[in-house]
Amino acid sequence: MTLQTDLMVLLPELILAVGAMALLLVGAVGGERTTPMITWGAIGLLVLSGVAAVLWMPDHATAFHGAFVADSFARFAKLLILIGAAFSILLADEFFLPLVQARFELPVLMLLATLGMLLMVSANSFISLYMGLELQSLALYVLAAFNRDHLRSTEAGLKYFVLGALSSGMMLYGITLIYGFTGTVEFTRVAQVTGQAGVGIGLIFGLVFLISGLAFKVSAVPFHMWTPDVYEGAPTPITAYLATAAKVAAMALFLRAILTAFPHALVQWRQIIIAISVLSMALGAIAALGQKNIKRLMAYSSIGHMGYALLGLAAGTAVGARGVLIYLFIYVFTNLGVFACIQAMRRGGKPVEAIADLAGLARTHPKLGLIFSLLFLSLAGLPPLAGFFAKFYVFLAAIQAGLIWPAVLGVLASAIGLVYYLRLVKVMYFDEPAPAFDGAMAPGSRAILVISGAVALLFIVAASPIISGADAAAKALFP
Amino acid sequence: MNFPILSLVTFAPLIGAAAILAVPRANAARWIALITTVVTFAVSLLVWAEFDTHVAGFQLVEKANWLGGGISYHMGVDGISMLFVVLTAGLMPFCIAASWDSIQNRVPEYMIAFLVLETLMIGVFCALDLVLFYVLFEGGLIPMFLIIGVWGGKRRVYASFKFFLYTFTGSVLMLLAIMAMYWYAGTSDIVTLLNGVHFPPGMQTWLWLAFFASFAVKMPMWPVHTWLPDAHVEAPTAGSVILAGILLKMGGYGFLRFSLPMFPSASEMFAPLVFTLSIVAIIYTSLVALAQEDMKKLIAYSSVAHMGFVTMGIFTLTHQGVEGGLFQMLSHGVVSGALFLCVGVVYDRMHTREIAAYGGLVNRMPIYAACFMVFTLANVGLPGTSGFIGEFLTTLGAFLHNSWIAIFAATGTILSAAYALYLYRRIIFGALVKPALKTIQDLSLREVAILAPLVVVTIVLGVYPKPVFDVTTPSVAKLIHDNQTALAFDHAAGKVAILEKGTAR
Repeated sequence: MTLQTDLMVLLPELILAVGAMALLLVGAVGGERTTPMITWGAIGLLVLSGVAAVLWMPDHATAFHGAFVADSFARFAKLLILIGAAFSILLADEFFLPLVQARFELPVLMLLATLGMLLMVSANSFISLYMGLELQSLALYVLAAFNRDHLRSTEAGLKYFVLGALSSGMMLYGITLIYGFTGTVEFTRVAQVTGQAGVGIGLIFGLVFLISGLAFKVSAVPFHMWTPDVYEGAPTPITAYLATAAKVAAMALFLRAILTAFPHALVQWRQIIIAISVLSMALGAIAALGQKNIKRLMAYSSIGHMGYALLGLAAGTAVGARGVLIYLFIYVFTNLGVFACIQAMRRGGKPVEAIADLAGLARTHPKLGLIFSLLFLSLAGLPPLAGFFAKFYVFLAAIQAGLIWPAVLGVLASAIGLVYYLRLVKVMYFDEPAPAFDGAMAPGSRAILVISGAVALLFIVAASPIISGADAAAKALFP
Repeated sequence: MNFPILSLVTFAPLIGAAAILAVPRANAARWIALITTVVTFAVSLLVWAEFDTHVAGFQLVEKANWLGGGISYHMGVDGISMLFVVLTAGLMPFCIAASWDSIQNRVPEYMIAFLVLETLMIGVFCALDLVLFYVLFEGGLIPMFLIIGVWGGKRRVYASFKFFLYTFTGSVLMLLAIMAMYWYAGTSDIVTLLNGVHFPPGMQTWLWLAFFASFAVKMPMWPVHTWLPDAHVEAPTAGSVILAGILLKMGGYGFLRFSLPMFPSASEMFAPLVFTLSIVAIIYTSLVALAQEDMKKLIAYSSVAHMGFVTMGIFTLTHQGVEGGLFQMLSHGVVSGALFLCVGVVYDRMHTREIAAYGGLVNRMPIYAACFMVFTLANVGLPGTSGFIGEFLTTLGAFLHNSWIAIFAATGTILSAAYALYLYRRIIFGALVKPALKTIQDLSLREVAILAPLVVVTIVLGVYPKPVFDVTTPSVAKLIHDNQTALAFDHAAGKVAILEKGTAR
């Protein structure tokens, strides 16, 4: 292992780290007028990092004595994170520009959070896991409170911080227990030790605390409390970022940590994952029914969606991991489109967020209404839209693993969830129009809408390469 | 591989929908939709012409890679599915024509919804892959939801949600069953599952129940039929035609394609349940139909009763019963569609569907009265109309199986005559006393052009049903033969198991 190969493993991260610091210097010297340049510089860095992940990152290697790993799983997750981050920065630029609140720190903070996420999906030991997680979280706490003169935004940031710190503490406690009972922090070594010595009660304690912390990050029930408030309070593009890139990173981390470190504790962790999965699906579906604010509704929707994704993890197989990755792929694109739509909801220059504001959208803005409806129906999991295939592959894995009852509860929850998605379509298509929104959409948002609409509609014909990509990525977790 | 004619007939409507999207003006949309559906119908007739009536298996097969892992894009038709393709494509031009004047707002969207729906419905009958089938089967809900919800009547929101939730909840359980079948067989290919895979009897029970949940709601069978009257009443005329003509047939098609051949033991075990529900549907919903004040509701309940004959017929697993059930579905597709069109004719004039608001229409509308008469009698099952053949054969099949079932079903036939003729008398006969009706106009040329072909089809099929039976007979014979073989296999396996238990003891 030379230093050079070690650095190649972390090349996508290094590009972001160095670039973010350079952009920070540019901003500090040049002041607010450099913001557009920094925004585009940040997007350029994300693209470059993606290129590095695809072309220059080794196919299978570990670095820094096994602390980080490069494989096709990391590559798949990294690309999704980078896509989510790049589009969120684009949204943020268009969101803050008319409000005259644009600050150059925003893209830099988003780059740093993205850096943390990339480290998370490459982490191969509990120390690097925690490092990436905290880098991501600290940047996100600031981002959630970015509208600092806005009461809800600061409240969201504070709430997120306090609860996030609590969950980090729990996770750290779990990690210490795992280290104490296995004598190692590396995922593969933990698996070896538990394979030989079995899974003791102390280790299970550590595992439970670890899962609690991870469940907080993916906002699974019963650690979901922060989600609606943060989603509602944070500026819309930051919510989009939390809902896409951050969720991908946390879920990928969840998969790698559980599947590679604890394959021998399958029986023990499976029941926990099933429980939080089923509870998330049910709560996401039922609690969303009564929401009046579209961003709160999306928060409950994302709780539900993480529940479905966790069902794939509960299967504990490569097929299950593949299902989760396909789920994340579709989920990221759909959610980006939804938040681009939400961002387009402005009247008199001010954002509006009530579901009633969408009334008759299909008549006032036919194209926006059509894509918005398609995305919601896709989230509801209706064929022939992309969201159906997301659910299809996780349920397929659950059935293979014999988890019949969780799957039955899952599909019933999706039938309940259907009601609120249909209600949104009803508001847009059946109801009398509310006043129209402000003029044309910004070009970036429009591009995001077209892309995510295309993914929702055309996944059915172009699914094969994505499925085989996810398949290869999932198999990397099961050497 | 030959010319992919099934893909053409399936996706031709989508091309029309794309054209409307490019030219979103009301009149252009109407013409594009009409031309597209007529062309699609012509292609479907070509499918019939290409179809070899001596072959029992699947024909005009197309196969291409789709999702990988044994899930492929596989299309093909046999004697059971082919005529449904023709029926679907054949009813669509009537739907478009019937909406010509009555739909005035958001015409392009309306036409797009219908064309997308047509693609999905034709696809359902052509799909030879379980996943593909499910995607198309469920996909049809979205356009239908919009058709009811946007262009429907007063309680359209309630009706559209009820329709969607009933059918969706039933179907998701079928999805899980499909997955279980996929893992058991390693493929979701219907041809492979039909010919080479045998599910253990214990598993069959669960799979059968899951499929039943979906198809029983779709059919709809008593007691999960309650969405249908609401959906029918609120849907625009063309929506009702499609609902009654095609969507209901997917349930019966599903039983024939999946439940009977793939789960023979479970089908045998649950047949008494199906018979009971069918008899209840036939008698109970006929009685309910008698009490209706709304024309569309009455026809909706009569649809439930007629679908009861279908389920009864196909689960007897006799030649007569299955062929009768198939024929009944095709005939009911035409007749109930035509009845809804007839209701639409007077609704467009008077804007009410209340039976009490009419009476004595024969005085002002003789042509209408004559058309309505033909369809009413076909609905009753009078010999000489297409309705007779299906009801007669299904009852015959039931008689061969168990005479009590046939006796109850025959009672239902009498009741159906009662409600249908009672409806006809209240609307058409009597003195023309309502002042609003004094100036009502007889059928316009467009309406005659819509109803006349359906009158011809109804009578021709009633007198000369041979073209239909030529198509269906070989496939039905194969279905029954395969079912008996598989049953014998299961029984033998069951006996072996009992013997083994005995020796162990």
